[in-house]
Amino acid sequence: MTQYILRRLLQVIPVFLGTTLLVYFMVFALPGDPIRALFGDRPPSESVIAALRQQYNLDQPFWVQYGLFLKNLFTFNLGVDFTGQPIAATLGRVFPVTAMLAVEALAIQAVFGVAFGLIAGLRKGKIFDSTVLIASLVVIAVPTFVLGFVLQLVVGVQLGWAKPTVGANADWGTLILPATVLGLVSFAYVLRLTRASVIENMNADYVRTATAKGLSRPRVVLAHILRNSMIPVVTYLGANLGGLMGGAIVTEGIFNVPGVGQKLYQAVIRSEGPTVVAIVSVLVLVFVAANLLVDLLYAWLDPRIRYEK
Amino acid sequence: MRFSRTSKALGLLAVAALALTGCGSAGSGSSGQATAGDPNKIITAYSNEPQHPLMPSNTNEVYGGRVVDLLFEGLTTYDANGKSVNALAQSIDTSDGQNYTIKVKSGAKFTNGEAVTAKSFVDAWNFAALSTNAQASSSFFESIDGYDAVSATKKVTGADGKSTSTPAPTAQTMSGLVLKDDSTITVKLAQPEADWPQRLGYSAFMPLPSDALKDPKAFGENPIGNGPYKMAAKGAWQHDSQIALVKNPDYQGNRTAKNGGVTFKFYTDPAPAYTDVQANNLDVTDVLPTNALKTYTTDFPDHNLNKAYAGNATLNIPNYLPEFQGAAGQLRRQAISMAINRDEITKVVFNGTRIPAKDFTSPSIDGYNANVTGSDVLKFDAAKAKDLWAQANAMSPWPAGKVLQLAYNTDGGNKEWIDAVANNLKNNLGIQAEGQPFAKFAEILNLRTAKTLPGFTRAGWQADYPSLYNFLGPLLKTGASANYEGYSNPEFDKLLTEGLASKSTDDANKKFTQAQEILFKDLPNLPLWYQARQAVWSQNVSNVDSGWNGVLLYYNITAK
Repeated sequence: MTQYILRRLLQVIPVFLGTTLLVYFMVFALPGDPIRALFGDRPPSESVIAALRQQYNLDQPFWVQYGLFLKNLFTFNLGVDFTGQPIAATLGRVFPVTAMLAVEALAIQAVFGVAFGLIAGLRKGKIFDSTVLIASLVVIAVPTFVLGFVLQLVVGVQLGWAKPTVGANADWGTLILPATVLGLVSFAYVLRLTRASVIENMNADYVRTATAKGLSRPRVVLAHILRNSMIPVVTYLGANLGGLMGGAIVTEGIFNVPGVGQKLYQAVIRSEGPTVVAIVSVLVLVFVAANLLVDLLYAWLDPRIRYEK
Repeated sequence: MRFSRTSKALGLLAVAALALTGCGSAGSGSSGQATAGDPNKIITAYSNEPQHPLMPSNTNEVYGGRVVDLLFEGLTTYDANGKSVNALAQSIDTSDGQNYTIKVKSGAKFTNGEAVTAKSFVDAWNFAALSTNAQASSSFFESIDGYDAVSATKKVTGADGKSTSTPAPTAQTMSGLVLKDDSTITVKLAQPEADWPQRLGYSAFMPLPSDALKDPKAFGENPIGNGPYKMAAKGAWQHDSQIALVKNPDYQGNRTAKNGGVTFKFYTDPAPAYTDVQANNLDVTDVLPTNALKTYTTDFPDHNLNKAYAGNATLNIPNYLPEFQGAAGQLRRQAISMAINRDEITKVVFNGTRIPAKDFTSPSIDGYNANVTGSDVLKFDAAKAKDLWAQANAMSPWPAGKVLQLAYNTDGGNKEWIDAVANNLKNNLGIQAEGQPFAKFAEILNLRTAKTLPGFTRAGWQADYPSLYNFLGPLLKTGASANYEGYSNPEFDKLLTEGLASKSTDDANKKFTQAQEILFKDLPNLPLWYQARQAVWSQNVSNVDSGWNGVLLYYNITAK
């Protein structure tokens, strides 16, 4: 097991180098001069442009710039962005906010998705099942931004139950509204996955055996049906966590959440290579970690899966 | 507030979805409207993360600018009408428009207790101008004698044959800027500029305490100023979230704060801010989402602002177009100007968020005159336009089948009004006119510089400081930096030079107005409309207004 984890961790190195190089190159190749863009319509003096270029190594060729970036990274110095802010501080600010948002969304979709899916599966064909299925279709069909604007308008402005935006004081409470929006779409998928899986497992031999042994209904449902139905759901949730971390741009925009999505968007618009690459690097690590976690959970959920020969 | 039928239906859907998912209690977020009655009467306002640390000379964009303007007070400030009034300056004297003697008032203090003296200005200006400090607004000092030396560059040719320039100042301070004593500064400009004092209210010219120059980086994070507000605490700038300012109790100037403080909340998108103002969760926003421009006056019946500021839009006519030269060309320019229905386009296309132009400058500038002789050519008159066009054709006929191209950049939302202007020309003059789209503004700029644009082009200008000259000189003087169309009239140039050498602003403005009379005859470009600032505010505040440059006068806003 330890060997397996070590091997997986070693794989991170080439993935990390590859992605950062690719992203660095893409930002480098973006059209427009980022330094000139700092000045708007009024042209700055030539000497100021030159001084800034020097300051950010933009007068160096691509490989030198990338090399300097790697060198800085290994000395745990992410440098400063074009606005003079330390990039490490920026990461330390935006990642906790988005992590909170993602975890909250993940919790909402996991708890409610699995619970509703389980009940719907157990009562296949009954009214609850059909209602939930139709409702989940509706949720999947409505785009995130529509859902976001409507919730914001109804809950935030009309009913006044919550602040319509998050802003500076992001905490578990204020993030509920965006987390709900973010979690809703995946909630529908989790629900449908769980339901299908539960229905499939209800007729499995081991469930029949467990029932025949005289185990109580709750024990059969929770220990046998649910546990075995979790494998596809966990895979989906694991892949989803990475997506939630990076893909919350729309939701963060609607609810003005000062998180990763917003910062990444701004950094790309301003062609701030170092910031973009730093954020993407952390996202890569989150993805890799989430996938590793999913693989380890498999072994726990289904002991037949073994990582060592 | 009102909801349309669709939004009601969508709302019901959302509530149903919430109930289904068991999240009906999503409103547990504690303080819905509790912030409304804050006892400290702190105003909250829309803003965004400043692009640079808050060093006045390095702040050249709007979001940092509005904060710096409140934190610092310079030699002069601008009143709501764009008139430059003395603030820390006791007097600014000149006999020739080139040599200035500035007396600084005594008694003013920075919020750390340090006195504001003439040295606070001289050191700050020299710091700002020196190229190795890479300050964004360094070019504002270019009029001062000796600027060339502090901003000199050296060309270096690298191993790959590419040459790059590096800053290589030959002096550390500007020779024209002299500190006489604690309260006196003398300034020698490279040439006479009577409107130079009008620039002194711009943030680049603010004084700095001595600590600022020792560690500019740390200072930019926690700036110490002398203006109507100060930072609420060390670290009051929460990056990507907000900046909190509180009233500076020691402030003596005329921009007295009428509220306890201003907290600028950052939004990367104007839409959530608009929603927040509707929910009384934000007090004022001055950037409206595009789709709200049609509805903001009904969404906020008594809580909205639409006021012209110092920016305009024009249709520029290249001087090399053969059809627009000589007497016939002059008639054509007039005909086209009178064929454009500015009132209708600003009303229909812009929902009244632009104001039809009456001159070549802007109404928020001191010296503005809506009735300059000859400005009748900006009034819509289809019959007269047709008549003038026919007269021009009698002298030299308009080439058969020629299409008049109107160049515009598609990245700025210009298509609608360009099409409207083209339709005006078609219907009222009977000629073929059409928009000529370009993806980027820079593309058009390249063609304008190369003088190869086949037709007219749209252009806009935003003033750096409230002076009529700032609209006329850089754009239309012979050989000026932004005079891409190549307009040249010695009589016009002479009036500008005389204006700059005047003894007073009023005398200068008279000359600049006379210069505009020439422009109305020549029509080097066709003024279309003035830019205007739109803003809406919550039920919790009142007295919202904007200044000459479109920035809200935050110090005047009062909490209810």
